[in-house]
Amino acid sequence: MNQSSDNALNTSDRHLQRRHRKASLFSSFCALITFMGVALLALLLYQVCVDGIKWLDIQFLTSFPSRFPARAGILSALVGTLWLISLIALIAIPIGVATALYLEEFSKKNRLNRLIELNISNLAGVPSIVYGIIGLALFVRGLNLERSLISGALTMSLLILPVIIIASREAIKTVPMSIRHAAFALGATRWQTAWAHVLPASFPGILTGVILALSRAIGETAPLIMIGGLTYVAFLPDGPMDSFTAMPIQIYNWVARPQHEFHQLAASAIIVLLAVLLIMNAAAIVIRHKTER
Amino acid sequence: MYSTALNRPVLTDTFININKRTIRWGEFLIQSGLALCALISIITTAVIIIILCKEGFSFFQHIAPAEFFFGTRWVPLLEPSSFGVLPLVWGTLLVTFGAALIAIPIGLASAIYLSEYASHKVRSTVKPVLELLAGIPTVVYGYFALTFVTPLLKTIIPGIQVFNAFSGAIVVGIMVLPMIATLSDNALRAVPQTLRQGAYALGATSYETTTQVVLPAGLSGVMASFLLAISRAIGETMAVTLAAGATPNMSLTFLESIQTMTAYIVQISLGDAPAGGLAYQTLFVVAALLFIITLMLNVLSQWILNRYREAYD
Repeated sequence: MNQSSDNALNTSDRHLQRRHRKASLFSSFCALITFMGVALLALLLYQVCVDGIKWLDIQFLTSFPSRFPARAGILSALVGTLWLISLIALIAIPIGVATALYLEEFSKKNRLNRLIELNISNLAGVPSIVYGIIGLALFVRGLNLERSLISGALTMSLLILPVIIIASREAIKTVPMSIRHAAFALGATRWQTAWAHVLPASFPGILTGVILALSRAIGETAPLIMIGGLTYVAFLPDGPMDSFTAMPIQIYNWVARPQHEFHQLAASAIIVLLAVLLIMNAAAIVIRHKTER
Repeated sequence: MYSTALNRPVLTDTFININKRTIRWGEFLIQSGLALCALISIITTAVIIIILCKEGFSFFQHIAPAEFFFGTRWVPLLEPSSFGVLPLVWGTLLVTFGAALIAIPIGLASAIYLSEYASHKVRSTVKPVLELLAGIPTVVYGYFALTFVTPLLKTIIPGIQVFNAFSGAIVVGIMVLPMIATLSDNALRAVPQTLRQGAYALGATSYETTTQVVLPAGLSGVMASFLLAISRAIGETMAVTLAAGATPNMSLTFLESIQTMTAYIVQISLGDAPAGGLAYQTLFVVAALLFIITLMLNVLSQWILNRYREAYD
């Protein structure tokens, strides 16, 4: 009798131990997988840095592309990307923020506005290459803008508009109602309230979203290839109607070649691209951090 | 007496203003301008659909829809040409399936670790790093595939081709991994703490709490993140173009060169197809198919989020 109850205690004890062992195994397994995933991504970056450091110097930043790896550089791609980003910012930020303001501050919750909201979240999921095709048919061929900077910028603006709108709406939503009520109570109109109170209060959040959207635009390759940003450009664009190349296109061009030297050049260009992205993301994080306090 | 007479005109003036609700033209103009901006998104969608349909219809005037949807040979540029889209769809499915096989288990395990086990300090470093990694341009993953993954695979499987679906699947899997991890982490963290406390109070271990309480409660968000990642993998272009090659192929193994829908679009556009030709129209038909597939996945993921969300207060 005593013996059997002892046994029962032992088995339930063992059962409990097994359950706890399973739990601790599971938690270590999850931790291991997480750090393996991060390590894998770190390996990617490490690989790029090792390959790319060789060609990375002032000459690389100030030369045009060339058939000879030693003379090749990314000046035209870098300038093209700067042009592109400035144009995209000019087009997409005003429209995106205006849309967000309209949806959050002005619109009534009717069917049209619900349709707009649903539509924006679906547009955010459309593959970038589809935007490229639309840009090709609409801007390059339809409006006869040719394979120019402005075609690329318009296409990319369509691509990142949903991102800007969604981020700006989130930022505007965090502005407390009491600020609006105070403004209305003092006799301000809707626009005066939105412009002078809601917009400044949500500015850091909007800025963060805009920076992240622009950094997405910097890295997008497929739409620009569709638009036909030239791969060999040995001049700098003077205006929005000029043809262009951009960093991701140049990288693609170099990666797609079979020679090892060009792969190294691609790695160098990737380092420059990632550095630009990192600076932008760091700015976004700093802004977010400052406003959280 | 005379003071009211003096005041009356002033008073009536104000009353008129309030009662008639004068239209402020400036305000009206601004509001219309903002509404116009909001309409751009609707116009964008309309333009996408109109362009894809228009070119698609003229394509289907030359090629029977049955040949396009059920044909198993995709030879659009050479004679005799053949326009069966299945090889491209198969290539996309192969890469997406492989990517999901890699990204879903790793991503989910990371999400569970981050939301259930990681200390605040670990979490606040790993999460931003993952978010940063999610922003790496896809062409970089293409580079990684060609210069690192494929040579590595070649030493393990000597018979593998230079361009192969395996390498594409691996890098696309790595690419969507941060997305699954961060979105699922958000979903699991939204599960209220009281549910966990209840499970622990009943004597459940952390494993049992996670798998039998937290995961089922956050399942809608987790499933939505899977679907979004799959949709992203289907639309992914540069990495698969560089890694998986340009051979439309219905191979069953991951070891041969294939071509995805997106890679085909890039190949044709690099060749500068003349407008109006059949090759040019195939771009739009393939893009339309891509658009419909990803749209369905996105709508499905939103539907799951709304329909199966466990609401806790």
